[in-house]
Amino acid sequence: MSSLRKALVFLIAGWSGFFVMAIELLSGRILAPSFGNSIYVWGGVITVFMLALSIGYLLGGQLSIHTPSLRKLGLILILAALTTLPVIIWSDALIDVVFNRVSDPRYGSLLASSALFFIPTIISGCISPYAIRLLVTQLQASGQSAGILYFVSTFGSAAGTIGTSFYLVLLFEVNQIFIGLMSISILLGSIAVALKTKHE
Amino acid sequence: MNKLINTLCCAAFCLYCSAVTAEVLHTEKSLYRNIEVYEEEDLLCLRFGRYNGTRQSCMNLVHPELLEFNYTRMMMGALYLNPNPQRVLILGLGGSSLPNALRKLYPNLPIDVVEIDAAVIRVAKEYFGFKPSSLSRAMESDGRVFVKRALTQPLRYDLIMLDAFDQEYIPEHMLTREFLTEVRGLLTEQGVLAANTFSSSQLYNYESITYQTVFGDFYNLKDANRVILIRRNGLPEMAEVKGNAAALASGLKPMGVMSEWLLPKFSRDKDWPANTRVLTDQYSPANLLNTK
Repeated sequence: MSSLRKALVFLIAGWSGFFVMAIELLSGRILAPSFGNSIYVWGGVITVFMLALSIGYLLGGQLSIHTPSLRKLGLILILAALTTLPVIIWSDALIDVVFNRVSDPRYGSLLASSALFFIPTIISGCISPYAIRLLVTQLQASGQSAGILYFVSTFGSAAGTIGTSFYLVLLFEVNQIFIGLMSISILLGSIAVALKTKHE
Repeated sequence: MNKLINTLCCAAFCLYCSAVTAEVLHTEKSLYRNIEVYEEEDLLCLRFGRYNGTRQSCMNLVHPELLEFNYTRMMMGALYLNPNPQRVLILGLGGSSLPNALRKLYPNLPIDVVEIDAAVIRVAKEYFGFKPSSLSRAMESDGRVFVKRALTQPLRYDLIMLDAFDQEYIPEHMLTREFLTEVRGLLTEQGVLAANTFSSSQLYNYESITYQTVFGDFYNLKDANRVILIRRNGLPEMAEVKGNAAALASGLKPMGVMSEWLLPKFSRDKDWPANTRVLTDQYSPANLLNTK
């Protein structure tokens, strides 16, 4: 794998980490008007994201078995962005439906955050194991590759957390941040898809 | 070395001072904060957060009917806009100064109090003379969630007191255009809103423009805090306000609410830039703005 393609794999993994944490933080904002922002609302949100990521890891590992490619990694990133789109379009309507049917704010917020964020987060979870498969060339260095990848993706998560909560919310509206995040994902994913057609 | 000894002695002395003047009666770590109840001279006070954190509420042990904090006296100014409330909602209980004062003035007035922290409700009952009953209901809920739910019910209020903020933390979802629109929906036509808010920091401008966007003109009362007074169907002129103040004077006097102190604070000046960004559910970094 060329160093350019390798760099892109790392970039996608780091960006995906940023993307997931930024969305997780913003989900609190989206849920607060109807469910408050008590500790249990955050408990529900974090549960949904952790559960979705765990399933995503499993799925991503399975997907990486058959003819893995940078192009497919790019497609996963694009798909994660596209499945976030309903949050912008339908979150108000969906949250209203849940609010009117579930009076306990714990289960209300758990249900609403599942409906909005479960699928995009599962897809985002596929990125890391899939990227490791693309990076590993020798058994000997597999642990090292996985280590660097975890570093990059979790570092991205940290950046997404602090960047969103300290700065982005002060500058932009929630939906504007969502659109920005999705655009960057689609851009990066498209580059990965385009690179493939050039080189192979 | 001498300097060190001096410093140590001084520190020890200071500790001694605070030990003799303030007696801590109760401390508790609740789900949301550290709560401390302490007695200092003739005051029984409630404090959140760290030692030496800001006092949330104090009750005068010699004159328990007295409202100790200026902001609570300004909040009672809401009655100048509507002297005969039929049903009251208070968001944020604290040391229960406001519900206790209203109860004394209006023995038969239904008062609903919403407080997010069950521990605060317990402490108010145990130490600050808050007595829940069928007339004084205390509900454990997030304020915004309560308001949103109440909108689906027929019940409306002609006085709403918003007292859910302190200097250390603002529930950001309770300082947005959407929230205030929901609160407006809970008010009767003649309904009055009194909000205890911020007078310093950059947040002042943001908050002012947000209230103005939802309600139009309001009376702005400033002291260490700022209290916003609004009437849904339009602000009464000062003549009406003064008339109500005179009628209420004898009832409010024992609480320390004097019209000659309070009335000059009523201002309609818009002393914030008109192009300030409105706080919305999409944009509400209130805590970050409050530090600026």
